Amino acid sequence: MLIAVTINEGPYQHQASDSAYLFCKAALEKGHEIRRVFFYNDGVNNASSLTEPPLDDRNIVARWSKLAADHKLDLVVCVAAALRRGIRDENLAAGFRISGLGQLVEAGIEADRLVTFGD
Amino acid sequence: MSEGTIKKFMFVNRTAPYGTVYALESLEVVLITAAFDQDVSLVFMDDGVFQLKKGQQTKGIENKNFSPTYRALDGYDVEKLYVEGEALAARGLTEEDRYDVEKLYVEGEALAARGLTEEDLLVDVTVMSRAELGKLMDEMDVVLTF
Repeated sequence: MLIAVTINEGPYQHQASDSAYLFCKAALEKGHEIRRVFFYNDGVNNASSLTEPPLDDRNIVARWSKLAADHKLDLVVCVAAALRRGIRDENLAAGFRISGLGQLVEAGIEADRLVTFGD
Repeated sequence: MSEGTIKKFMFVNRTAPYGTVYALESLEVVLITAAFDQDVSLVFMDDGVFQLKKGQQTKGIENKNFSPTYRALDGYDVEKLYVEGEALAARGLTEEDRYDVEKLYVEGEALAARGLTEEDLLVDVTVMSRAELGKLMDEMDVVLTF
């Protein structure tokens, strides 16, 4: 199945990003294809390269970057939501790209399922 | 890009217009989805019904009052959009592409629980019961909740 994912909450504050990550990993292992992961609302904070969690905790941002590298995932951050929250190319973590909301709509049109992780 | 594919998108708005950014950022996705010529429906339930309340005054909280946008959903001109203008241009859309969002549904139970009636709302809506909305959601291709 062709799946698209959207994440609407920030890392650590909310479980949305953790759940989405585990969902994507499980879906990929089952042989499904992830068309795109779109970050919106406070979800754009998942793309900040300035994130530095304690060493004994999971690194949510680095984990997305690695998953993207391993599976050629398209991680897209909404430009309007990102600029509001101080996420720009200068502090964008590896594997993410900043683009418009049209990328979310396009993913919704193309995928068999759009799965939202949010509040 | 899947040219010509039209899917049924439903936006379920459940939060008050201010206090969190969900309502405003939901509206931004609605406008872009309409610009992609998709079949767009909006549902207002829970505190989301307050998004359509007439007479919003936001000066005291120093937030922008974006409620007039709901009235402009039918026949809105994309040139007037401030944030995603470049994204639209990049996709070959111009001011000639007008939005067509006429499907506004409000959950009757949520209105009643808040002492509101259709008369209190900024725009014409279709009031539906929770059960009816459930059936409508079942017919959708994509449901996004804010």
